[in-house]
Amino acid sequence: MRPDTLTCRWVRRMIEAVGLTKRYGAKTAVYNLSFQVRPGAVTGFLGPNGSGKSTTMRMILGLDNPTAGQVTIGGYPYRRLPNAPRQVGALLDAKAVHGGRHARNHLLCLAQLSGIPARRVDEVLGVVGLQDVAKKRSKGFSLGMGQRLGIAAALLGDPQVLLFDEPVNGLDPEGILWVRNLMKSLAAEGRTVFVSSHLMSEMAVTADHLIVIGRGQLLADMNIKEFISANSADFARVRTPDAEPQQREKLTAALTEAGGQVLPEQDGALRVMGLPLPRISDLAHGHDVRLWELSPHQASLEEAYMRMTQGAVDYRSTDDQRAGLQQQMPPGAMPPPQMPVPGQGQPGWYAPPPPQQGGQPFAMPQGQPAGPYGAPAAPGGPGEPNPYAQAAPAQPAAPDMTKPEDAR
Amino acid sequence: MSTPQPQTQQQMQQQAAPNWQAAPGPSYTSPIPITRTHLGHAIASEWTKIKSVRSTIWTLGAFVLLVIGLGLLFAIIAASADMNLEGESPLGLGLFGVMLGSVCIITLGVLTTASEYGTGMIRTTMTACPSRGRVLAAKAIVFFVLAFTVTLVATALVAFLQVAILGDSNAADPTSEEWIKATVGVSLFLALFGLLALLMGSLIRHSAGGITIMLGLFLAPLVIAIFMFAQALKDVQEFLLNYSIPSQLGVFYSAELGSSGPSGWDPLWIMLGLTAAAFAGAFLLLEKRDV
Repeated sequence: MRPDTLTCRWVRRMIEAVGLTKRYGAKTAVYNLSFQVRPGAVTGFLGPNGSGKSTTMRMILGLDNPTAGQVTIGGYPYRRLPNAPRQVGALLDAKAVHGGRHARNHLLCLAQLSGIPARRVDEVLGVVGLQDVAKKRSKGFSLGMGQRLGIAAALLGDPQVLLFDEPVNGLDPEGILWVRNLMKSLAAEGRTVFVSSHLMSEMAVTADHLIVIGRGQLLADMNIKEFISANSADFARVRTPDAEPQQREKLTAALTEAGGQVLPEQDGALRVMGLPLPRISDLAHGHDVRLWELSPHQASLEEAYMRMTQGAVDYRSTDDQRAGLQQQMPPGAMPPPQMPVPGQGQPGWYAPPPPQQGGQPFAMPQGQPAGPYGAPAAPGGPGEPNPYAQAAPAQPAAPDMTKPEDAR
Repeated sequence: MSTPQPQTQQQMQQQAAPNWQAAPGPSYTSPIPITRTHLGHAIASEWTKIKSVRSTIWTLGAFVLLVIGLGLLFAIIAASADMNLEGESPLGLGLFGVMLGSVCIITLGVLTTASEYGTGMIRTTMTACPSRGRVLAAKAIVFFVLAFTVTLVATALVAFLQVAILGDSNAADPTSEEWIKATVGVSLFLALFGLLALLMGSLIRHSAGGITIMLGLFLAPLVIAIFMFAQALKDVQEFLLNYSIPSQLGVFYSAELGSSGPSGWDPLWIMLGLTAAAFAGAFLLLEKRDV
């Protein structure tokens, strides 16, 4: 154990990056990244492909040397931690094993390296549910089994700090649930859990705190609830009796007068922004309008994330035009109406209306400069003007894409 | 596309830790005692690694087969043809098997390090042991001891058999120095040569590349020397012939190609110097480079 010179107990288990920068030749993978990962919570690490998540993870583990800045765990750089695997466990890449070695020997050689008794190997094999294939060569493992083996390796040293890079890749629903509960229970025991993932729905139910990066720079570092409400427009759905449209108009006028923003929805309901639910109810009561529905809506993490990172996406798909590959149409024939596909070649797709505060799509509570990606990206992706750009509706929550008219 | 998931959001609201930044959770301490690690742990780990892959069995199996098989074959041919060895020691018949077998040792050496880079295992290893020099040292020790032991057993066995088979021919009884050179000497030389291959694997980080370079180092000087006809290159040709690995191996069997080349135990010292230099290079690069 380390000398207990540090006053705060939890500082000893904290991951701290200060001005972390990594360049590979001319390409800057990570630039001036500073963040802290604290114990007792699951911290999600989000970012588009190629945004520097894995590079950051590798630098935390001392595999890559930072070009500038430093990252420490409990105050020490990883490579200077005494018996590091007993303090930090990591799953970087499920395929980072020698395929010809069977699962138990793979874990055994890692256990021996840090003086962990061999019976611990059988313990973690049981924890991840691989005891039946312990003597099978890992070459034949499925991606999910590989992930389980990697998680077993991370748990081997029973460490205080755990790093997982995309832990649920390739896992079945049962495995995903298991990983989710595992992360939470590890954090509940007071450990530091740092998880990167692309699966927003998964992060939404697993993580307590989020660190979001784009093109190697910090985009956000905040509580998951703050993140969602800062990056999306919360709204209330209000429905008045369908048969009485005058009631709807009366309410719309009243709400607008009270300072709310009101948008009609496809199904006749109203979307109200800028007014708390009790106030909407009071206003309706005051104007003698009956309500059939009054429900709060919070945008999903995915929506908030897309909003934030749309300017920092490196690899974006373009529309598949199939130019020159199409058969000549017989004269007079009309090309079949094309359905737009969400997210394909439509840069503005996920951009919901600006939140109530207006201007900045997300707020950094620390008051740090948001960086070049803070400003909302100008829609208008690569290539030609998008034929569907007009069709992309102003309210993104439930655009009705089933109608071919929308596509023209 | 995201559809709002009411259940998800409810869970989220419940889970949101209240003011978690100020309230650290309970400290977690593992019940498993933490030991201070040293080179011994790394050696145990590398021993587990090297014995748990099939390439070790295949390369060492082929090596033993080549050394003993070819050594015996030559001895039997010599015995049945009533060859007159003219006072030569019968141990020299083992040279050809050892020469071919060294290709197997090279392969195992390169694979011991380079295969970890090929599979990505190196990142797992270096995470589990951030002191990179310790890992390299452990690999070197485990490989050297294994290669030396296997070579010693194979060469000693074939030497005894050759002397037994050819004992009644016109061959001279090998002196004790010849015995030691043809067993311990050759084993040390080959294990060091394999260690050079291991370090090459660590430098090149690519199995096929490392093996190709080591094979080139093994054969190229001899092949190049054969085609040096020009009189002006005579000295170079002689140097290449004398110092090529096969001729250095021959020195242990008293089969020097020329009188100006290495003799006695010289090849061992040359190989020791080469390996030490390669170890220093591999160590420095390993510390400096990203894994």
